[in-house]
Amino acid sequence: MSAVFKLETFRDDFTFSNSAAAIRRFPLPFPQDEYMYSVNIEPHLPGPRGSVLEFAFDVDEHYVAECRERELVLAEDPRRFQALPHMMSAQWDCLELIMEALARDYPAHFSLIKSGNEWRWINRPLNLDQSFIFGDAGSLPRAPLDYITRQAQGDFVLMDQREGDLWIEAGMVTTQADWSLDFDLGMTFKEWHGPVPLAHEMNVFDRALKYLLNLRLGQPVRRLNWTMTVHPRLDTSPENYPYWGPDRAAVTANNAGDLVHLRVELQGLWRLPRSNAVLFGIRCYLISVRELASIPKWARRVHRVLKQLHPALVEYKGLARYRDAVVEWLAPFDDGAPTSPGTAPE
Amino acid sequence: MNPAQTLPVVVTAVEQVTPLIKHFTLASLGGEPLPAFSGGSHIIVVMHAQARTHRNPYSLLGSPRCLDTYEIAVRRMEQSRGGSHYLHDEIEVGSRLDIAHPVNLFGLDKIARKHLLIAGGVGITPILAQLEDLHDGPIPYELHYAVRSPQHAAFAQRLRDRAGERLTMYHDSAGQRLDLGRLLSNQPLGTHVYACGPAGLIDAVVGTARNLGWPDSHIHWERFAAPPVGEAFEAYLARSQLSVRIPPDRSLMESIEAAGVEVPYLCRGGVCGFCQTRVLELDGELLHNDHFLSDADKARAASIMLCVSRARCKRLVLDL
Repeated sequence: MSAVFKLETFRDDFTFSNSAAAIRRFPLPFPQDEYMYSVNIEPHLPGPRGSVLEFAFDVDEHYVAECRERELVLAEDPRRFQALPHMMSAQWDCLELIMEALARDYPAHFSLIKSGNEWRWINRPLNLDQSFIFGDAGSLPRAPLDYITRQAQGDFVLMDQREGDLWIEAGMVTTQADWSLDFDLGMTFKEWHGPVPLAHEMNVFDRALKYLLNLRLGQPVRRLNWTMTVHPRLDTSPENYPYWGPDRAAVTANNAGDLVHLRVELQGLWRLPRSNAVLFGIRCYLISVRELASIPKWARRVHRVLKQLHPALVEYKGLARYRDAVVEWLAPFDDGAPTSPGTAPE
Repeated sequence: MNPAQTLPVVVTAVEQVTPLIKHFTLASLGGEPLPAFSGGSHIIVVMHAQARTHRNPYSLLGSPRCLDTYEIAVRRMEQSRGGSHYLHDEIEVGSRLDIAHPVNLFGLDKIARKHLLIAGGVGITPILAQLEDLHDGPIPYELHYAVRSPQHAAFAQRLRDRAGERLTMYHDSAGQRLDLGRLLSNQPLGTHVYACGPAGLIDAVVGTARNLGWPDSHIHWERFAAPPVGEAFEAYLARSQLSVRIPPDRSLMESIEAAGVEVPYLCRGGVCGFCQTRVLELDGELLHNDHFLSDADKARAASIMLCVSRARCKRLVLDL
């Protein structure tokens, strides 16, 4: 990982961009030239060195900027963090999981020093040094989940397990693809996923729920999901729709390469030990279509995926207004040559 | 991924706590803390006995706040297939065992207004750990513990220390009976009941609660079935193209594992449903012993739990 954290924005002047190295490690979610849902869950095992899968929680060149963006969102709308009272032990489980992983995987940036329940956490990129008592919420400046997820990239949701179901009952959600924690809090797993088209008919959620109810301690799993966003805007929330919704009307075949971004979610699921809750991490990666097209195989692949995408998915993912423009922008990059299997850039 | 990912542990204490129950304390080999868990969890203990490998589930009874050791209690089963006898007769301080990470299929409901805990005999073990989770908390609870006689009351002192006046003990030898009808008809709204112990006790708790109108969501129990002994039969694994013979005293799962085919499992006690396997062909009947499939599913005979169920047939073909 690069030790250099970029100063960039995800709003107003949108100075976000990916370095050449960040482009090459981008988690493309299309292993083939066409896309349909599947229960594409696999063990969250360490991936290749330098890849976004190398560690449990990837820290990349956007870390500091994304933490700043989260502070801006929370200042405007504190309800992006919520936790029901019975989720306190799950909050501590989550804090422990993230702190231990970051300190183990990025020792140059994070340290965790434990003496029994007396813990000291050092976050060098954000210049924090906090001593606290593990399990004593009064010893931290904020609720445990609030505290640690202001120092992590991606959204985090805690699901309680009871009555043979998972209930979404705590979370920090500021980098979401048009869904609202405030609206969904207290829902069951299937209620939460109610708006997703086609997947219910395919029994995707029955199978996924059954799988997640039996998720084992120490054996996390992951999957990729994706959509597209105009501008590198992390916070595309329903609450802020008036600010970002109209952007979609500005896309043309001329500007699509720079305006439109592929938005990939690396979703991780962990069983938490003391609470028996499930942590759902949703890490958002953004890449402009122009950046994507700098890899010839990816330009061909994404052109074909978008061109053939099922109409219900075009609608659900909010691409209806500009999908054709992106396909037109990418068309010159697709010479019809076959693409090799898998997502590696070649 | 290997579902049976295990940790090596060493036995650091063994205590005979009743005429039938031994209490084992386990620690990691290097002395590092064991994985955190929640009250109600069990582990699978892997025992490499001379004749065969046993994998039995046992509830963790120690405090989830103390991870230097795990504690389990093992009742010597009269009709043991060998696992409990092996632990009782062969395992001593310094012995090594392998265990799988804790799994909780008997967790406390976090939005309960009150917890009503009912245990019989060795069924007290998961509840001991749950008491540690409840201790100091704001949610009221009661514990009712039924045993044959005072000498069979495992962990009585520990329970009194932890639960104090919330504990009521019932000694069968003194004619003390737990009146479930009275107990379950006098609980505040939002109470959850948890039962662990002999089949008769669990059936009585569940049946009484349902008759009194308790919602199923508020009734919890855990009953690990030991794979019963039965007649020998043969299974054909369609995908592995392998015939496996299942002797009377081995389960389908154990026989398939012994043949070198790995099967996924969590509880090995007919509770979790993880090892549910499709039945492709059958010329006889399935002997379902699990607590997972509904009666309708059992009657359809389209799938079987490998860990505890058997078949009486000439030919059974499995989607494995």
